[in-house]
Amino acid sequence: FRFPSPIGHISTCPSLIGQCCKTHPGSFQEELVIRPLHSGDIYASFQFRTLWDTDFLQEGQKVSHYRLFPKSLGQVLSKFSVRELHISFTQGFWRTMQWGQPFIPSPPGAELWVWFHDTVSDVDGNWKELTNVLSGIFCASLNFIDLTNTVQPSASFKPLGLGNATDHRFLRYATLPREIVCTENLTPWKKLLPCGSKAGLAVLMKSEKLFHSSFHSQAVHIRPICQQCSSKAWELRQTLNVVFDLHTSGQGKKEWSLFKMFSRTLTEACPLASSSKVYVDITDNPEGELFELSPATPLLGQAVVLGDRRTYSVYDLSRAETFGQLRSFNLLLRWKGDSGDMLRPLLHAERYVAGFGLQTGEIHTVIYNNHPYRAFPVLLMDSVPWYLQLYIHTLTVTSKSRDNKPSYIHYQPAKDRHRPHLLEMLIQLPPHSMTEVTVQFERALLKWTEYTPDPNHGFYVGSSVVSALVPSMVAMRTNFTQDQPLFSSFVPVKEESSYFVRVYTEPLLVNLPTPDFSMPYNVICLTCTVVAVGYGSFYNLLTRTFQVDEPSPPLSKRLANLIRRMRGVPLLT
Amino acid sequence: MDYYNLLTTCAFIHLLVSIPYAYSNYVENKAGQFFSSGHTNNWAVLVCTSRFWFNYRHVANTLSVYRSVKRLGIPDSHIVLMLADDMACNYRNPKPATVFSHKNMELNVYGDDVEVDYRGYEVTVENFLRVLTGRLPPSTPRSKRLLSDDRSNILIYLTGHGGNGFLKFQDSEEISNMELADAFEQMWQKRRYNELLFIIDTCQGASMYERFYSPNLMALASSQVGEDSLSHQPDLAIGVHLMDKYTFYLLEFLEEVHPASQANMNDLFKVCPQSQCVSTPGHRTDLFQRNPGSVLITDFFGSVRKVEITKDTINLTSSLKPLIQRSGSGDMQIESLTYVDQLPVAEIIHQNAIQGLSYSIMTEGTPVNF
Repeated sequence: FRFPSPIGHISTCPSLIGQCCKTHPGSFQEELVIRPLHSGDIYASFQFRTLWDTDFLQEGQKVSHYRLFPKSLGQVLSKFSVRELHISFTQGFWRTMQWGQPFIPSPPGAELWVWFHDTVSDVDGNWKELTNVLSGIFCASLNFIDLTNTVQPSASFKPLGLGNATDHRFLRYATLPREIVCTENLTPWKKLLPCGSKAGLAVLMKSEKLFHSSFHSQAVHIRPICQQCSSKAWELRQTLNVVFDLHTSGQGKKEWSLFKMFSRTLTEACPLASSSKVYVDITDNPEGELFELSPATPLLGQAVVLGDRRTYSVYDLSRAETFGQLRSFNLLLRWKGDSGDMLRPLLHAERYVAGFGLQTGEIHTVIYNNHPYRAFPVLLMDSVPWYLQLYIHTLTVTSKSRDNKPSYIHYQPAKDRHRPHLLEMLIQLPPHSMTEVTVQFERALLKWTEYTPDPNHGFYVGSSVVSALVPSMVAMRTNFTQDQPLFSSFVPVKEESSYFVRVYTEPLLVNLPTPDFSMPYNVICLTCTVVAVGYGSFYNLLTRTFQVDEPSPPLSKRLANLIRRMRGVPLLT
Repeated sequence: MDYYNLLTTCAFIHLLVSIPYAYSNYVENKAGQFFSSGHTNNWAVLVCTSRFWFNYRHVANTLSVYRSVKRLGIPDSHIVLMLADDMACNYRNPKPATVFSHKNMELNVYGDDVEVDYRGYEVTVENFLRVLTGRLPPSTPRSKRLLSDDRSNILIYLTGHGGNGFLKFQDSEEISNMELADAFEQMWQKRRYNELLFIIDTCQGASMYERFYSPNLMALASSQVGEDSLSHQPDLAIGVHLMDKYTFYLLEFLEEVHPASQANMNDLFKVCPQSQCVSTPGHRTDLFQRNPGSVLITDFFGSVRKVEITKDTINLTSSLKPLIQRSGSGDMQIESLTYVDQLPVAEIIHQNAIQGLSYSIMTEGTPVNF
């Protein structure tokens, strides 16, 4: 991370860090990155990282002293022998074409993928218990993750942490696209931070503002990493990405401030944090002609992130002068000019359902490669629930209206009520092209107890995952050292000319043929009526006898009969 | 004269001596009262059974009781909150992450610190009965369990759409009053409660407590059999009715209660008379052993922290375990400290098929030329 400006200089003081690591084996860093987007929206990304030099998985040792690392997660890791855990809760869909690439992508709903340690004998049992425990920690319905929506990818989702062996039998991946994210998920997430929501950057997280946005995603990533690659440590990263809309949160004015976005300002850094910084992306504003940033800061930084070298204004919250006289830090961005068109992202994917009626349909996944002359491979992973029965013989992959044969296909067919479909393909995307993957499916009839209470809403199909190594514009740094800012050092880089990116498509909402749930009641009524009428009539026919019954004569006739009886004359009838 | 002086002096000394004795008696009496109710912990099970946006008021009802109960001291770990649908972050909510109880958006009962234990499709009759009786699968987390014992006072609040003898769950199933009564009997036999207060705010709510037969149950309902419970007032900005009348006035009553208040159950029975509620609230106390006038509101809505004063000394120094030292060399260095390639194309192309479960098509691995 270079500091081109001669005025500002923060000494990272490696000796100081080494000293504090000896007495307290762990550190906590927090940062906030603000990136103004071309459409007038603003993207804020919080990253909190807790590092801990300990080993949960070592035999015979019981970790009992937790300081910065939350105890609930530590106990989960050691009980279920988890090597890596990634869980994210997202509300909204990330619009790549308008907003570019996010720092850490996530699909709508809840997504959970876990690498277990290779000492685990019953991975499915551990997975089931882990999802239940996490549903209690995060107040989410993760207990709905079972074998019908869990897959075992064979090539995607390689571990992001340290490791050598990658036996995919120890990987599990599941997504719940229907999962709702609200304050009850944010509350326990905030409680995992060392300072909670009382000090530092987390005071900005007010749910009324965060959920009134176009996109909100909170995630927890736990993995083993190496620091200066001499020792192993556990890293817990909590990230929160939010995109505020110009018109709903910004009231249409292209002027953003921390107070406008979060209804709070910063007053102090978290005392337990070793570094607490705010970065503002000013790459598109080198001379200040696009927007004005206040308070001014002499600190500048550069980082290579997502294949591009970006320049940032840095505010260091551990220094008292950042807060100024009023002891409150409120960043202000005021637009002066109109920004031009955004640079098109190199990789973009879309998905939709085609067809009509409630019997068959077709899933189309479209992947765009916007690089003018480079081709690169992408790995497409699709997990489709069993009630959409895919016909893999109709699978076609076409690029530029010619057949494009994937170099690797892995397909695991679904088993009704046991397992979903898993389709993974490695496709080479030609430069500046659109690749379309289509597959036909048929909708299954579910048993009437398997429908949700609101079946006419539809059934969700999770997002497809497109993993790719995209050629980068500048050389990426392969040296995974400590002094890089958090947002640029999430994915380990193996080669300099490309960077790894994951793109999620839209989830699909598919209507299944829904029965009329009042039919059992109707059938019972109708059947009982028919039986009653039929049997009743038959019974009456067999057992009813007729008797002649004379009606009683009127009074005048009775008197006349009385007189006739006295006279001895025959009676009237 | 001297004798008179001696008498007054003796009386005065006697008075001086007896004041601390009287005071300690008074303290003991107060402490005795404190321990008289017989329960040591409080639990609350708050259930909203309705789905869809137009049933906003049922979620607001449940959240307002949740808010009162939390304010009076019951912690989140002792509250099982079940909301059948999400109103706060619903896309039709003009103010996301809020649920209001008063029109003009005066009071946000959702707040910033809320933990919902069962949400969405998890709120079913089966889950509700399992929570009450404690028969949950072993992997259920603690926050979803009702871990009450025989000295717990439990508050159960149900709201939604109901009828004569049943309560509708999520528009697809219902619970009958016999099932509920049997669940409470199971709880009694397993000694899962000391006293139980049951409040229901639905149409014809009184039918739900008609069949109770276990001891120590007190029940309140918002309307009698044959009557409908009505909603209170709509908010024109949100577009739906915000609360039901009975729970609205119950919330107003509970806002006056503070943790040390002496308000008792008779005051609770008077909440929302027919002039305000249009329906006639009912209550049932024949199964309850204590006199309702002596039962404090905070016995059910608040939380008890029992303090035992002891005069014995307890030795706290114990041998501290030594700090867990990392075992330096050995295990650590066996696993090399490298990261895995995120998309190893060559490796993927030559990957062998996983035995028995799938098949993969392998090609030569040359990229397609254009």
